[in-house]
Amino acid sequence: MPPPAADRLIRILQAPHEAARLSLGQWEQLVSVARGGNVVGTLGERLALAGVAVPENVDRHLVGAVQLSQRQRESVRWEAHQLGRALRHLDIPVVLLKGSAYVLGDVPVSRGRLFGDIDILVPRDSLGDVEVAMMAGGWTSAKQNAYDQRYYRQWMHELPPMVNVRRGTVLDIHHTLLPLTSRYHPDPQKLFAASLELPGLAPLRIPSPLDLIIHSITHLFHEGEFHNGLRDLTDIDGLIRHFADSIPDFWSALLARAGELQLSPPLFLGLHFASRLLGTPIPAAVLARAAAAGAPGPVTFRLLDGLLGQALLPMHPDCDSAFTPTARWLLYVRAHWLRMPPHLLAMHLGRKAWMGVFPEVAKDSRPAEPGLP
Amino acid sequence: MPSVEEHLAFFYGARPKEGQAGHDTFADFDIGVFTASGIRRFWRPQARFFLDDAEPFLPLPADQAAPLFEWGLNWCMASRPLGYLAVHAAVVARGDRALLLPGFPGAGKSTLCSSLVFLGGWRLLSDELALLDPASGLIHPHPRPINLKNRSIDLVAAFPGAALGPRYLDTRKGTIALATPPAESVKAAEDPARCLWVVFPTFVSDGESWCEEVSRAESFALIAEQSFNKDRMGEVGFKALCAMLEGARCFQIGYRSTEEALGLVDQICRESP
Repeated sequence: MPPPAADRLIRILQAPHEAARLSLGQWEQLVSVARGGNVVGTLGERLALAGVAVPENVDRHLVGAVQLSQRQRESVRWEAHQLGRALRHLDIPVVLLKGSAYVLGDVPVSRGRLFGDIDILVPRDSLGDVEVAMMAGGWTSAKQNAYDQRYYRQWMHELPPMVNVRRGTVLDIHHTLLPLTSRYHPDPQKLFAASLELPGLAPLRIPSPLDLIIHSITHLFHEGEFHNGLRDLTDIDGLIRHFADSIPDFWSALLARAGELQLSPPLFLGLHFASRLLGTPIPAAVLARAAAAGAPGPVTFRLLDGLLGQALLPMHPDCDSAFTPTARWLLYVRAHWLRMPPHLLAMHLGRKAWMGVFPEVAKDSRPAEPGLP
Repeated sequence: MPSVEEHLAFFYGARPKEGQAGHDTFADFDIGVFTASGIRRFWRPQARFFLDDAEPFLPLPADQAAPLFEWGLNWCMASRPLGYLAVHAAVVARGDRALLLPGFPGAGKSTLCSSLVFLGGWRLLSDELALLDPASGLIHPHPRPINLKNRSIDLVAAFPGAALGPRYLDTRKGTIALATPPAESVKAAEDPARCLWVVFPTFVSDGESWCEEVSRAESFALIAEQSFNKDRMGEVGFKALCAMLEGARCFQIGYRSTEEALGLVDQICRESP
């Protein structure tokens, strides 16, 4: 059972009418906790859709977030258009992932969602060409440090993030679904093959609905940091609710597809936590089949259940227990454990610790002058 | 911090809350200003600003805790999406007819704003941040202490009715002080106003004073440049600013003294009511 503050937010996201009885103090906590889980726009969108009367001073915060989300969706469309133009001549498929795929695919979870960066998947053998084309189109690498560059290029599943010099938008270019050094090796070719065209936006594509769900789950359950944990789990819940009724034999197809991609273990975790924390309607028989195909051993499962059950809640003092910092740290280590073989992991964490104590450039990016942005 | 509590008591008439138990209000921002811990308690003590649990700025010397609170609160209002278009500008009004003074550095915006408020009988909506509500097209007041810098401090201290708090020396902006907003402005804090005039002030040290009308298109570009969140507001913000300028006339003025500036503003408001 999540702490009461998180529990109330989760219940109201699913059943917005329950908000009608809140006192002002409870509204304050609700909005604040929603901000901690980065779902304040989604909350605003769902309350508005349900026609719940929100006190005026509270509504300002919700309307502001909904408007920002609307604007970000426009930006994502524009960014996609620019991306398509920059990469069209390469004659390769470019698959949008996560948030940008929800927007371009018009999936309901995109409404009210707040975005960080844009993720795309391109074939690995065209990475060099993609990077050159992106630079020609006005993007530049955000990580200039030689170690960071090597970390991404040799070991990870993506290039160092690129930033558009004029618009400041951040783009993550993936070439596989998981890090090269990771324990699972899903074949990205299968995702390309099943992906769907976006009319008028060639060469951009989006994953098939099943792949979209499996990739979003895989991404979340390989994360080491959970600033967007509740938002991403809410995405997964929304995707499942949206597609479960429209795809024939949805559950069997989803389980089979995860098996093909070698992603049954993350799929199990995704279904388990969506059901346990958000009450996503998943038949018990499906959960049992997912567990048979991908559940970890009982000890690991109990441990993960405890750790992730904490870390997926909003980052907010009202949701934390004494155990939360430890849980977050253990999950950070776990994410690296999944990403790298032990000798690399030891080297990497050692290097990060060293850089923490002796930074090459002692730099704090926060403004020295408080005041207007 | 005690200096922040004194600041709140002097400028806002607020007393420190006696515990949180049973409070049933909605706060827009959960702000904390705390003394830095560890060695910084004794050696060059520092003040730290928190919004929720994040610390958006580097700490400042502890004796600047109160201005840190004011600057931080401005930052909160400009950076958190609240549905308002936020423009760096002073706003004053007569009744519900507002005058917008966009803030270009060195233009003398806060001095002019103080003169209009303390000498010209205008009501203060804000000295830093105009909040335009796209739905109603009205500017929402938040009359808070007026920021004064360097030479304007003595000038404003001599205005009738102006009460200044302590001076803070050696801040990044030089010496600063804050002036209390007039009581009538605070009383009317819930009454929004419609922008009828936009004035871009320039302080000129020699030559003639001048006043010329500027096109709405040019004003749009100038104000947009001074907006904190026009890009984040997208079409809503764009349309809100267009609509505001539809109903307003815009001028640039050059003035050598407070009296001249007040005279020019008066003339503008009389000739384009």
